[in-house]
Amino acid sequence: MMGTRSRGLAVSGSRGGSNPWFRGFAVSGSRGENTAQPRNRETPRPRPYADPYIAGTGLGLVLLAAFVIAGRGLGASGAFASGAAGVVAAASPARAAANPYFARYLAGDGPWHEWLLLEIAGVVIGGFLSALAAGRLRAAIERGPGIGRGSRLANAFAGGSAMGVGAVLARGCTSGLALTGGALLSAGSWLFMMAAFAGAYLVAPIVKRAWR
Amino acid sequence: MTDSLAVALVIGIAFGWTLERAGLGSAPKLAGQFYLTDFTVFKVMFSAIVTAMLGAFWLARLGVLDLSRVYMPETYLAPQLAGGLLFGAGFVIAGLCPGTSCVAAATGRGDGALVMLGMFCGVLVTGLAFAPLRRFYESTARGPLTLPDLLHVPYGVVVAAVVAMALTAFQFAGRLERRA
Repeated sequence: MMGTRSRGLAVSGSRGGSNPWFRGFAVSGSRGENTAQPRNRETPRPRPYADPYIAGTGLGLVLLAAFVIAGRGLGASGAFASGAAGVVAAASPARAAANPYFARYLAGDGPWHEWLLLEIAGVVIGGFLSALAAGRLRAAIERGPGIGRGSRLANAFAGGSAMGVGAVLARGCTSGLALTGGALLSAGSWLFMMAAFAGAYLVAPIVKRAWR
Repeated sequence: MTDSLAVALVIGIAFGWTLERAGLGSAPKLAGQFYLTDFTVFKVMFSAIVTAMLGAFWLARLGVLDLSRVYMPETYLAPQLAGGLLFGAGFVIAGLCPGTSCVAAATGRGDGALVMLGMFCGVLVTGLAFAPLRRFYESTARGPLTLPDLLHVPYGVVVAAVVAMALTAFQFAGRLERRA
C-alpha cells in the first residue's frame, strides 16, 4: 500500500508530501467547475460525470430493486430522525420514550438498527467509492463565485436546518417522499415534490448571490 | 447484522454510487437547477421515477411484484404542502438535499458535512418541540392515497401520463440548458 500512488484520489492542486493518501488531496474553495480544474502533472484529471439520463435510469433500477427485495423504497431524512432519536434516548431515555415523534424509532431493535440508518451508511460508502474510482475525492468547500467560505458554511447549516424541519412536517425528503413515493404515484409525494420545487424557485432569487 | 440490514447497506451503496456518478454530490451543480442553468437534478430524478414507476407497474402486472407489500407513503395534505415549501427553500440555500449532502460529505466536501449537521439539528429540535406541532402534523390525513385513486383514473393511464409529461419536460430542459 505504502509507496504506491493511489490513482484517482487526487484531483487538483497537489500539495505534495510523501503520504500517498494525502498527496494531492487539495484543500481549496472550489467553484464547482469539476472539469475545469488545472491539470497537474502528477494528478489525473477527474473523469466527467455520467449522463444524467443514464445515471437516473440506474437510480431508478436501484429504487426498483429496493421495492422488490426490501418491500420499500429509498430514504434519507428518516436516518437523521432515527439518529436524533438515538441521541435523545442516550441523553434521557425517559424523555425519548415520552416523545411521540422519537418514540416510534425506539421500538424493535432500537434507533441504531434502523433500516434507513444502514442504507445511509451505504450511501456514504457508495458515494466515497464512486468518487475514488473517478478521481473526484477532494477536500473542498464548494460554493458560488460571490460568497465566502464562512457564509457558505453558514448557509449550508441554515439550509440543512430548514430541510430538517420541512422533512419532519412532510414525513420525508427528496429520497423517501419525492423519489420513492413519486414512482409509486403517492398523492402526498407529488404534492411534496411540487411544493419543494415551488419553495426552491421562490427563494432562489433571494439567495442568488450565493450561487451566481 | 441481520439480512434486512445487510440489504439496506448494499442498496445504500448502489444509491450513493449513482448519485455521485451523476454529479449530485456537488452543491453548485444542484443549485444550477434553480437558476435554470443545469437540469441534472430534474433529469436524474425524473428518469429514476419513470424507470422505477414503469418497472413497478410491469412487474406487478406480470405477478413478480406484489405492490400491496411495498410501503406506500401516507398523504397528509397540509403538512406535506408546508413541509415541502420549507424543504425547497432549505434546498436552494443549502445547495444539497439530505441524501446528496451525505455524498458531498463522503467525497470530502465540507459544505456537505454542514448540511448534514444542520439537517440533524433541524430534525432534533423539531422532534423535541413536537407537542405543539402534533395537531398540524396529523391534520388533513388521507392515508396511502395514490394519484389514480385521487383522479379516478386507471393506474396504467396515470403511468402513461407521467411518462409523457417527463419526456416533454426533458425536451424543455434541454432547450433551456442550451440557452443558458
